[in-house]
This record gives sequence, structure tokens and C-alpha cells, in this order.
Amino acid sequence: MGRFILRRLYHGLAVLWVVATLTFILMHITPGGPFDREQRLPPQIMANLQAKYHLDKPPWHQYLLYLHGLVRGDLGPSYKYLTRTVTDIVASTLPVSALLGALALACAVIIALPTGLLAAYYKNSWVDRWCLFLATLGISLPNFILGALLIWLLSLQFGWFQAGRWGPISSMVLPTLTLGAAPAAYLSYLLRSTLIETLGEDFIRTARAKGLKEKVVLLKHALRNSINPVLTVMGPLLAALVTGSFVVEYVFAILGMGRFFITAVTDRDYPMIMGVTLVYSTLLVGANLIVDLLYSVADPRVKIR
Amino acid sequence: MKEENLLKTLWQGLRRNQVALGSLVFILAMAVGSALVSLLSPYSSGGFDEAHILETPSLSHWMGTDGLGRDLLTRILYGARVSLTVGVGTTGLALLMGTIYGLISGYARPQVDNLLMRIVDIFYSLPDLLVFILLSLVLGRNVMGLLISLGLVTWVRLARLTRGEVLQAKESIYVEGARAIGASGTRILLRHILPNIMGPIIVTLTFMVPVVILAESTLSFIGLGINDPYSPWGTSWGTLAQDGWRAMRTYPHVIFFPGLAIFLTILSLNFLGNAVRDILDPRGKLR
Repeated sequence: MGRFILRRLYHGLAVLWVVATLTFILMHITPGGPFDREQRLPPQIMANLQAKYHLDKPPWHQYLLYLHGLVRGDLGPSYKYLTRTVTDIVASTLPVSALLGALALACAVIIALPTGLLAAYYKNSWVDRWCLFLATLGISLPNFILGALLIWLLSLQFGWFQAGRWGPISSMVLPTLTLGAAPAAYLSYLLRSTLIETLGEDFIRTARAKGLKEKVVLLKHALRNSINPVLTVMGPLLAALVTGSFVVEYVFAILGMGRFFITAVTDRDYPMIMGVTLVYSTLLVGANLIVDLLYSVADPRVKIR
Repeated sequence: MKEENLLKTLWQGLRRNQVALGSLVFILAMAVGSALVSLLSPYSSGGFDEAHILETPSLSHWMGTDGLGRDLLTRILYGARVSLTVGVGTTGLALLMGTIYGLISGYARPQVDNLLMRIVDIFYSLPDLLVFILLSLVLGRNVMGLLISLGLVTWVRLARLTRGEVLQAKESIYVEGARAIGASGTRILLRHILPNIMGPIIVTLTFMVPVVILAESTLSFIGLGINDPYSPWGTSWGTLAQDGWRAMRTYPHVIFFPGLAIFLTILSLNFLGNAVRDILDPRGKLR
């Protein structure tokens, strides 16, 4: 177990190093720079700016400086927000994005569990068909359109919820629903197909033959044995939440990390882009590690090597 | 299973599925409409008509007009060119890269296979959209640049799938037979293994098209997608929705129709994907 974690940590660090290097290379071969204005800056100012951000040094030197900063947790200065470092900005925006992501994930699970269970239990009935239909709708509806629809209907027409910013509970409802809808649909669909397979197994028949209540059979025997495929998609699902958060934070004007990433791309704020990319990659690598550990908790038959 | 047989099975299955057939008709209509839009529509995609700004749907403008008085239906049909080209083109690129990579990885020595799969793992541990945004910065934010960037992101899924299928097929009797009569490695891969693993590849490809179209329109919506206002391709649906988003409070039709176009296209493609999977993968191994 300990060796497994160590090896995975080592592997994760290697991935992060590759990501840092690749983004560094990409950012350096991208045409156009952060200080390109319509009016050219005077040469002396340009030279000073480049000296301040070490842009006058050869690329390999800049790369080493960048890695050196990373090791100490310093993601570099922001070219756009001159008084703030990237680490500052990440520290103040990550909690907002993380809360939004966690709420959306919770929302997805809360919707997916009952619908998946019902659809699998009443397989091929009208309940099942409706759940499947709704799941296909949820997967097909882009979240920027869902967000616009929810704002238009529930905020502009009925005035139930606040449709922008992030603060009071009433402002969290719509972004959470928007971000959670697609994962909910996907999870529900997945849970249904896994449960149907599990419900056909011999041990379910045994459990029923013992005279166990249907509730116990379904919730204790079937559900418990259908968790692993759901855990498997948690990694990709988190990645989907990250990308979804770009859009949702944009639509609802939430000052989260995704929002800052988008403006960083349009402003060509390279250290910001690299920093946020690294933070997201770290989150995903960490999440995948946790998911792998959870496998053996959810299903003791899985041996960790 | 030979390739002609595969297509025949596919068509026979689709013919019996009304939802899938309807979806196919919708997508084909969209493709034909976008190809012939300059003949069908009396309006152009550009221009400025100050007498008809932000009109609601009427007989002369079926879907109303946008903030510059341009006919929305015409612009949506032009936009379909972007979405469909990116969707199909990216999938084609991913098919080419992913299949070749997967074939090599699956058939090569274990050391080579390991190395190749490590590279795929790295791509897998990153959020797609993030890599895609970074690549599109380098490759240019026009239709071609976006198509290539998306292809460079999506091929890994196909590479993994193909490799897995090749590893399985390698152990089968028909490959042993081919090897026994002295067929070369390339021949075995291309003539024997590839046709036999086309089923799962086609299923994955069908599901890839809507994902790609969604990614492109999402990025164009948040302003990181196609940024090429004078291109003859037309404007991305995502950009149209973005224009509508800003006018939503008072003129909801400007976002409603582009949104509907994106939604219906993706929905049809998903229905089609479900049908194709049910036909080619009845035991439900994929997805």
C-alpha cells in the first residue's frame, strides 16, 4: 500500500513536470506577446520590462528560473495584474471554483443515484425510458445554453434566484445546476447500465432467495457492487467539471479560477496561463490517485499492486 | 466481418430505428442547407441592415434578425458549415492519428508499447479543453487551426481503444492462421486485424463528433474559439449564441435559435451514436 502510493506520487510528479515543460514550450512558440500594444512601447521601457520578467535571458535560463520558482511554490508574476503574483490570484480564486465544483458534483450524485436506481430496477418500463430520455437531453444540452435558459426563466422571468456573482445561497443555485446537469446525466446513465448487469448476477438471486427485502437487495447488495465503474469515471468527470467551470463562471460572472484563466488567455498573460494549467493538472493527478485508493475501499476484492 | 458487411449491418439496423433515422435526416438536412445556403437564402451572412435590427421572427425573417439586422436563419446555416466541418474533420484526423498509433502500440514489443502508452497517459491526465485552448493559441484561431488542435486532443481516446482491441485480436485464431501462412506483420495488422476491430472504432467515432462540436461552440461562446470575422466559412454557432447572450434580456430570440441549432444537432448525433452502438456493440462493452 505504502509503496503503491509512493510510486503513484512519483508518477504524478513526472506528469506535472512534463505538463510544466510542455506549457512552457507552447507559451514560448506562441506568436505575439503580453506587451504588444497598438502603440509600440519606447525601447527603453520595453527593455526594462523584459529585464524585470527575465525575458531578456535565453529560453533555457528562463525555463530553469521557472522550474526553480515552481519548486518553491512560486508560480511567477502576473503580466496583467502588476501588483499580484499568480500564486496570490490562484489562492483567492481556487476556493470559489472548488466550492462550485463540489456543489455541482454533489448535485450530480443526488440526481443520479435515485434516477439510476429507478431506471435499472424498472428496466424497460416508462420510468426507465423517461430517465434515459432525460439523460440524453442532459448530455446534449451545452451548459452555456442551459445557463442562459435557467437565467432567462428562473431569474429574469420569475425572479427566484440571483443570476450573477457568487455570495448568498440564492446566487449559488443556478450555477450549481448548470454545472451539475451533464455529470448528473452521465452518472445516471452509467449507474443504470452497471446496476442492470449486477442485478443479473447469482448473488442477487441468492439474496432474494434468502428472503431479504427488495430494499436491502437493491441498496446493500446491488449498489455496493456497482460502485467501481462509477469511481472509474470520477477522473474524467472532474476534468469535465473543470472545463465546465470555465463556461459557468463566465456565464454567471463568478470570479473563480476558470474566469481568470479565460481572461489570461485573451490578455496573453503567460505566467497566469501556465500557473492555472499546472494547478488544474495537480488537482486532476491528485484526484486520480484518491480514486485509485478508493477502489480497494469500495471493493475489497481489488488488490492494490 | 468484412467492411461491406459492417456497413450493411449498420444500415439495416438504422433502417429499423425511427429515432436514429430522424436524427440522420436532420443532420443531412443541416449539411445540405449549409452547403446550399447561398442559393437558398435571399440574404447574405455579412452586411448591415439598419432598418431591420433585432426583429423578432416574421415571414421574411423566419428566425428574426440580429444586432446588425442580419437574417438569423441564414447566419445559422452558414454556422453549420463551421460546426459540421470541425466535427467531421477533427474526427477524421483523430481516426487517422489514433488508429495508426494504437495499431503500432498494440502490435509493437512491450517496451515500445509501454513508452507509447505513457505518452497517452499524460494526455489523459489533463483536461481536454485546457490543452485545446493552449494548442489553439499556437495553431491559430481559425477553422483549420481549431480543427487540428481538437484533433491533437481527441486522438488519444482512439489510440487507447485501438491498442486494447489489437492486444485482444493478436491472441485470436485468425491471426495465428495468417502468421502460419507467412503473412508479414503489416499485412496482418492492416488486412486481418484492422477490419475486425472496425466496429468499436466506428462506435467511438460516432460519439466523438457531438463532443467535438460541443467543444468548438463552447469555446467560441466564451471567446476563445474561432476568431476569424472575415472568413468565408461563416460564424460559429458559439459566437452567434454569444451575440445573443448579450441581448438576451430584451431579445431572447437571438440566443434561442443558435442554442436550439446546437442542441438539436448534438442531440441527433447522440441518438445516432446510441443506435450505432446498439447495432455494432450489442453486449455494451463501450461507454
